[in-house]
Amino acid sequence: MNTTAIKELLYKMADDLLIIGHRNSEWTGLGPILEEDIAFSSMAQDKIGQSQALFQLLHELGEQEPDTVAFTRNAKQFHNAQFVELPNGDYDFSLMRHFLYDVADQLRFEMLANSSYEPLAKVARKIKGELKYHVFHANTWIVKLGSANEESKARMQNALNDAWNYALGLFEEGEYETILKSEGIFAGEADLQHRWLETITPTLTKATLTIPHENAWEPKFGGRIGIHTEHLDPLVDEMSEVFRVDPNAEW
Amino acid sequence: MIKSLDPRVTRENIEENNLIAPLTPMDNWETYEVFHQKKRGDQHMHVGIVHAPNPEMALLFGKEQYGRRSITANIWVVKTANVFASEYDDADMFETTPEKQYREAGGYKVMDKINKYKKANKA
Repeated sequence: MNTTAIKELLYKMADDLLIIGHRNSEWTGLGPILEEDIAFSSMAQDKIGQSQALFQLLHELGEQEPDTVAFTRNAKQFHNAQFVELPNGDYDFSLMRHFLYDVADQLRFEMLANSSYEPLAKVARKIKGELKYHVFHANTWIVKLGSANEESKARMQNALNDAWNYALGLFEEGEYETILKSEGIFAGEADLQHRWLETITPTLTKATLTIPHENAWEPKFGGRIGIHTEHLDPLVDEMSEVFRVDPNAEW
Repeated sequence: MIKSLDPRVTRENIEENNLIAPLTPMDNWETYEVFHQKKRGDQHMHVGIVHAPNPEMALLFGKEQYGRRSITANIWVVKTANVFASEYDDADMFETTPEKQYREAGGYKVMDKINKYKKANKA
């Protein structure tokens, strides 16, 4: 099995999860209501945990310890899509990103549950329930706010418009697409994007929200090869603060 | 380097005499009662209340508040307004008179009979 190709896949998935998990955790203590604050924080923790499981697989393939990989790289060495590093904005944007990202994440792991790379398939099957809940949470909010009143609808539509091209950036193809497909590891980004569109469209329709016209689609690529927005640097800096002070800190 | 986006690190400059409007009834969501079931077949136990705008979201929050840290098979949510309850003022209707003790389970001296039977059959 092609280890380089698997590593590339694992890195981008793990980094997406780590960065969005960190971003979402910034809402802790600031969520719109207590119950939602707890829910969103709890899901952010799930994401960090999922990233850890993937960093562990990377470790088994010869990469450094999960903590070292997570906290000692600089922004250019991260493979996450630019979408997940964008600032939280208002809660409308954070929710829309949560919806667009989490559906993609759930579908990706669904595809990977049958991967020929068994350790990853095992992780995918293990976190299936968490992902189902995250998507249930996202769908419930999107449908509720999309159709609640004029202000909420306008806010969610704006959030969708702002998020769209970045969300498309999640499906940036890597140099190992062909190998991943031919070895039965992963069916590929194009296939995933197709499934994603098919899945989000009915929910957005139910929420009376409109996907931007195809002519205006300009995916924000680059994240997978280390090209990031100005927002990733300060995030990584903050995230790794404790580790830099005391690499052996435990709590 | 741009400033941290985490509001816990970079504080917003909010003026001191910022007047916050008092809450009106519509500012708060309704409450839902949450019932938690440990395993299939068990009774659902009332565990608490969540605020939510609709049943789906009450279920989400119920799962998060009450199903996150213990084994859970199922959760029910019921709008508090839909619970028809007795009045505390009418609590006296649950009182019972001493001479009706035979109607309570505790009134039966079953254990006496069981012990007597056991004793008799031991010999």
